[in-house]
Amino acid sequence: MAGIEDGARIMLSGFGEAGHPTDLVHALLDQGARDLTIIANNAGNGYVGLAALINAGRVKRMVCSFPKSSQSVVFNDFYARGAIELELVPQGTLAERIRAAGAGVPAFFTPTSAGTPLAEGKEVRDYNGRPHVLEEALHADVALVKAEAADRWGNLTYRKAARNFGPIMCMAADCSIVQVRRHVELGELDPESVITPGIFVDRTVLVAEPADEQSLIASGYRREPA
Amino acid sequence: MSEVKRWTPDEIAARIARDIPDGSYVNLGIGQPEKVANHIPEGREIIFHTENGILGFGPTPAEENIDYDLINAGKKPVSLLKGGSFFHHADSFAMIRGGHIDLCVLGAYQVAANGDVANWSTGAADDVPGVGGAMDLAAGAKRIVVMMTHTTKQGGHKLVDAITYPATARGVVQRVYTDIAVLDVTGDGFRVVEMADGLSMEELQARTGAPVTG
Repeated sequence: MAGIEDGARIMLSGFGEAGHPTDLVHALLDQGARDLTIIANNAGNGYVGLAALINAGRVKRMVCSFPKSSQSVVFNDFYARGAIELELVPQGTLAERIRAAGAGVPAFFTPTSAGTPLAEGKEVRDYNGRPHVLEEALHADVALVKAEAADRWGNLTYRKAARNFGPIMCMAADCSIVQVRRHVELGELDPESVITPGIFVDRTVLVAEPADEQSLIASGYRREPA
Repeated sequence: MSEVKRWTPDEIAARIARDIPDGSYVNLGIGQPEKVANHIPEGREIIFHTENGILGFGPTPAEENIDYDLINAGKKPVSLLKGGSFFHHADSFAMIRGGHIDLCVLGAYQVAANGDVANWSTGAADDVPGVGGAMDLAAGAKRIVVMMTHTTKQGGHKLVDAITYPATARGVVQRVYTDIAVLDVTGDGFRVVEMADGLSMEELQARTGAPVTG
């Protein structure tokens, strides 16, 4: 977590728990950076991972598509008290804004959200007879990502639907830090199976047995800063 | 309305499933629409998409095979059929926004006579808003149908002249499947495709907040 400063914009991969880098988020919690903007699909569950980071008062602003869940007690409380800002973004727009940042596209027009409250204040243009909303690329200082295996060049494979935001977040951050279950030798990964080429990856961290959020939540565990 | 034989959620799901052509790529909204997958007629091959990154998922696995890296958009465990594939979020929503999904079955709070749909927020001040993929699906799938109860629990209209809740998308819904009727959206009202046994046109109109035609 070296070099992550107060006020940093940080992407967290995952859809729910699948692909969420819980162990790296706990390391960030211990590292101490504050006033963070967190870009993630969800806003954490129980008192672990992202929820623990929010509960420690370290997150100023959430950019996400679906903050609420049956276990999002911390976010719900902070939001109700006005203690956290929320930028709500449709899930596909969130993904495309992240992809665009990684691909060097500063903005794009999308039909998603046209005619809805989430398009208010944004430029709208008609293409093919339909209104489209201008959306800007979403860039981050750091991406914390969970993947399956990495080699020394940073080539990554993922596991099943845990892939979700990982590949595009690795592209969209100045520094991408990836926790993996396995480190492998160069040449061990089938080049046809590499999902994220190493050019998009800055650091990898071996976490052979990643935290299982559901088990931690079920046990009543509350992660506090070290 | 005691004589009206309301359809159960499974009966509505089966009715929707009967309308899905062989070979379709289909996305099912979270909640009741998920039941559609359980009612695909035998011999018909439908490929289900879930926006978190799977094409070709199958039924809920046995307890010992549950894997929380293999879940649907409702974060429930699923299985993977032969031929199934995984992809990242930008590709998943390219499938949606790019018009590659043939059909999306959404749940909704309200559907208007012009096809506007509201399904993500009641607009209440104490509501934590969450939109997920609803706006992308509503804007991008080739055909949008809605599965919902015909009225609110209090008997209020959900099929209306104009939506009063925040919009998910404008002018996109083509058909609505409720517990008492199947209706097509005409632009200025709803046209009956099918009605529950024992229901009269007058009763259906009374329960619908926009003009209904036979």
